[in-house]
Amino acid sequence: MRYLPLSDTDRAEMLAVIGAADIDALFADVPKSARLPAPLDLPAHASEIEVERAIGAMAAKNRSAGAGPFFCGAGAYRHHVPASVDHLIQRSEFLTSYTPYQPEIAQGTLQALFEFQTQVAELTGLDVANASLYDGSTACAEAVMMAARVTGRGVAVLSGGVHPHYAAAAATLAHSAGVEVRRLPAAVDSEAAVIAAVGPDVACVVVQNPNVFGAVTELSAIAEAAHAAGALMVVVITEAVSFGLLKSPGAMGADIAAAEGAAIGVGLNFGGPHVGLFACREKLVRQMPGRLCGETVDAAGERGFVLTLSTREQHIRREKATSNICTNSGLAALAFTAHLTLLGGEGLASLARLNHARGRGLARALAPIARLEVMTPRFFNEIAIRLPGRAADIVDRLADRGILAGVPFSRLDPGAGLDDVVLCCVTELTTAEDIAALAAALAQEVGA
Amino acid sequence: MNAAARTRPAEPVFEAEHKSALQQDEPLIFELGRIGRTGVDLPSTPVGADWDASDLAGLTRAAPRLPGLSEPEAVRHYVRLSQKNHAIDLALYPLGSCTMKHNPRLNEKLARLPGVADLHPLQPRSTVQGALQLMDALAHWLQTLTGMPAVALSPKAGAHGELCGLLAIRAAHEARGNPRATVLVPTSAHGTNPATAALAGYRVVEIGQTADGHVDLADLEAKLHDDVAAVMVTNPNTCGLFERDVLEIARLAHAQGAYFYCDGANFNAIVGRVRPGDLGIDAMHINLHKTFSTPHGGGGPGAGPVVLSAALAPYAPLPWIAHGPEGFALIEEKSGVAAHAFGRLCAFHGQMGMFVRALAYMMSHGADGLRQVAEDAVLNANYVRARLASHMSQPFPSGFCMHEALFDDDWLEGVGVSTLDFAKAIIDAGFHPMTMYFPLVVSGAMLIEPTETEPRRELDRFCDALNELAEAAKTGDIERFRAAPQYAPLRRLDETRAARKPRLKWTSEA
Amino acid sequence: MRFSKEHEWVELDGDQATVGISAYAAEQLGDVVFVELPPIGKQVKAGEALAVVESVKAASDVYAPVGGAVEAVNEALADAPETVNDSPEAGGWFVRLKIADPEEAEALMDRGQYEAFLRTL
Repeated sequence: MRYLPLSDTDRAEMLAVIGAADIDALFADVPKSARLPAPLDLPAHASEIEVERAIGAMAAKNRSAGAGPFFCGAGAYRHHVPASVDHLIQRSEFLTSYTPYQPEIAQGTLQALFEFQTQVAELTGLDVANASLYDGSTACAEAVMMAARVTGRGVAVLSGGVHPHYAAAAATLAHSAGVEVRRLPAAVDSEAAVIAAVGPDVACVVVQNPNVFGAVTELSAIAEAAHAAGALMVVVITEAVSFGLLKSPGAMGADIAAAEGAAIGVGLNFGGPHVGLFACREKLVRQMPGRLCGETVDAAGERGFVLTLSTREQHIRREKATSNICTNSGLAALAFTAHLTLLGGEGLASLARLNHARGRGLARALAPIARLEVMTPRFFNEIAIRLPGRAADIVDRLADRGILAGVPFSRLDPGAGLDDVVLCCVTELTTAEDIAALAAALAQEVGA
Repeated sequence: MNAAARTRPAEPVFEAEHKSALQQDEPLIFELGRIGRTGVDLPSTPVGADWDASDLAGLTRAAPRLPGLSEPEAVRHYVRLSQKNHAIDLALYPLGSCTMKHNPRLNEKLARLPGVADLHPLQPRSTVQGALQLMDALAHWLQTLTGMPAVALSPKAGAHGELCGLLAIRAAHEARGNPRATVLVPTSAHGTNPATAALAGYRVVEIGQTADGHVDLADLEAKLHDDVAAVMVTNPNTCGLFERDVLEIARLAHAQGAYFYCDGANFNAIVGRVRPGDLGIDAMHINLHKTFSTPHGGGGPGAGPVVLSAALAPYAPLPWIAHGPEGFALIEEKSGVAAHAFGRLCAFHGQMGMFVRALAYMMSHGADGLRQVAEDAVLNANYVRARLASHMSQPFPSGFCMHEALFDDDWLEGVGVSTLDFAKAIIDAGFHPMTMYFPLVVSGAMLIEPTETEPRRELDRFCDALNELAEAAKTGDIERFRAAPQYAPLRRLDETRAARKPRLKWTSEA
Repeated sequence: MRFSKEHEWVELDGDQATVGISAYAAEQLGDVVFVELPPIGKQVKAGEALAVVESVKAASDVYAPVGGAVEAVNEALADAPETVNDSPEAGGWFVRLKIADPEEAEALMDRGQYEAFLRTL
């Protein structure tokens, strides 16, 4: 057993030092009826070769995104990650360290988090960002809970453009805390509709940009309406590359931004791990969930970094904590910050323009197909398309032909009555040939 | 900025192993990089003359004001930063309750296979059969190892798993018309337990501890009534002891119609030797980053699947994996068999990247090896405990411990060295300190968890160092402790200043 | 100045009561880094949570030693929480209450009684 260093001689000698007759003596507190006499009915230990072969075989059964034309988005976006990023996050000192509880020997992690927080604050246009949450959907749920704490109110209004999984995650968390989630009907242009739903009992409005249909919306008027009613505006972003081109949440009046950062540096990973970005206005910081890294000095006056404002957190505040979060998404946050450091603001802007250009290319290629309707008027890199028939069936048939055409909306929200809608996304990894192949296949499927 | 090499004390108080000569001061990227610089060459395919943002008029921003670095500069920046971290790959990392064990690199390799890492969560199911098979295999291992009939894979970390378990419990009570109001939590619990219970809408009532570090059964029984939704107990507990009355705890809880939630953070102590399902447990999260060695990564990402008893299984969150006529299926809506699911905890299906690593770890060890994992973890902890017992005091000295050894600060009484000073001096000896001041029920607690992947030589090196330090403390070499650490990248940090005037990001005025 | 067993002090001036934490409590907390103060106008009963005082590693509720309505809070603590350590029983005051029942304060300990109480801890 290659990961267990003790030899039988070690074990015998150590038992003697301990003063135990045998290993079973150490488990004496376990009730007799619960002691397993022998190994369970599972395979015995396996060599590296065998494990690699078995898991490799499972992996080989999947059609990976890069194996052909690929247009899936809907909250998980496939972007290129520079090789150096993946190398850096595999450094032992990052990969195999713990949460930086001993700051004197964790400055690497802490400084990277401080840089991460600064980057996220700049991207979101807000004052303060935390050291990451699990993912965008849980960040959205935490934002709803935070807004309820800040305002002392019990209703969150979610636009119909919020990713249905995000809405579901928020509703789950809110339900037990007695916060009501009012989700408006799913529609391409549903962000503006939240204005009518603002009222004196509303803690926050939650809008998404681009929304789940890919639509880009000016949110300032929504912020004004929310603020006039004493509510906060939470802006959700699922495609982090859009930060390079689109107006930031803060610039449009957001009080809290909850975003999925996996598009930068992290990758698809079949949906996890991803990395939640969370930022807010300075005056709200003490209600923020999650870890925060702050600057200070050491005993010799040198600059250094520590986890700070910890009294918000569960290990001190226990049942009065702002959240139960302990672990965040540290290594994924490191991947995000390293990739963004390589890009720089200008590089991110170029990358975003390239994505938008690809999006326009996709819309242009589909426009001639008469039986399709491009539903999203202003988009970044993803569009909703209405098909003449069940989108899920058409997507399945195209998959059989080697094209992953996108995400049927019914997969996200089966009850929305949008079974004929598919979400199609392109990125810098999508080629002109991919787009041509999709257009041709769709034209064949639906009849041009 | 701090370009010059740091001045070291001219005469170190003592000689320690250190490599500080290789350590570089490293500015922030905002001080290194330039606005407008980029270290990524995008495809030459021009965004082109045909690109414009006229369709987004009024909706766009100028480029974010973030500096970029060329690839050589970026690589050097992060490698220099990395050298300021302690890591399990450098030396024993005995953080009690955190389980810092070796992270096999095979697992990293497998998690990066395109058929795993480059998969979209919403691809047609026919194109991800291998991924669903892998999740199903992981579920089978977890169910078998715990003796529990169901598992929810989607929780993203241990605390998220606690929430999952309590929400399933809440849903089960609600299905009978009353969610109930209270959750009982021992005073020794991880802070996440009461925080999670509060998040799940419950009032937290603490239950006390006996003089020998176990749940106080009499107190539990007194506080159990028909408005208690769950009893939430960590087993093995945070004092490193197996709750020997666990069957009675389960019986008492069930007699009042309450569920028994177990915090499985310490499952690594019993895996392969004890099945939680045989202990009357209804729900337990498993930190894949602890027991099954997915890397901690400086604070995540983790994964916290929750095993559930038959009573709670119907309430497990979406999605569910099912075996259908055309292979594996994913149930993503509340209907059919999943009609009672309590909802969705997060987008998509959970931490796939961690599932692969954990499965590789399980397959590598096998049923026999996992049992050995628990035995060696417990053996190593007891060995450290025995070797330190002559120098440090223990709150619960009788019998044996499980996977971690708990000491207190009685032995430092009158010495003039605090638990914190002692911990910082351990840094100078080349190790990461143990968990300090936790569990809260023990004064000046020091919780040491060596894990099963430490060779005996490293355990001896650590025990020798601690015993030497303890001796130095007791013989009055106080300054060495108060000044510690002296051989770390930084001296002791001013946390008060950080909290009084929070500076949470870099600004150009600084 | 009168003291509670939870280590708050109260100083009466007519129907006004100034409330803070004792020098002993400030010492026990260590470096105070933040004080969360109630909104003006808030009504509290004796024994209810009034404020939260935080050090780096702890957050402690401060209870109202007497009931009343919050008339003023010590705004200076926002920028200088260290005042609670430097001057706990004067400049480091937390809240000024308009009280309803002066007799509530009578039930509290005077300094001599409080010091005797501290010796029992």
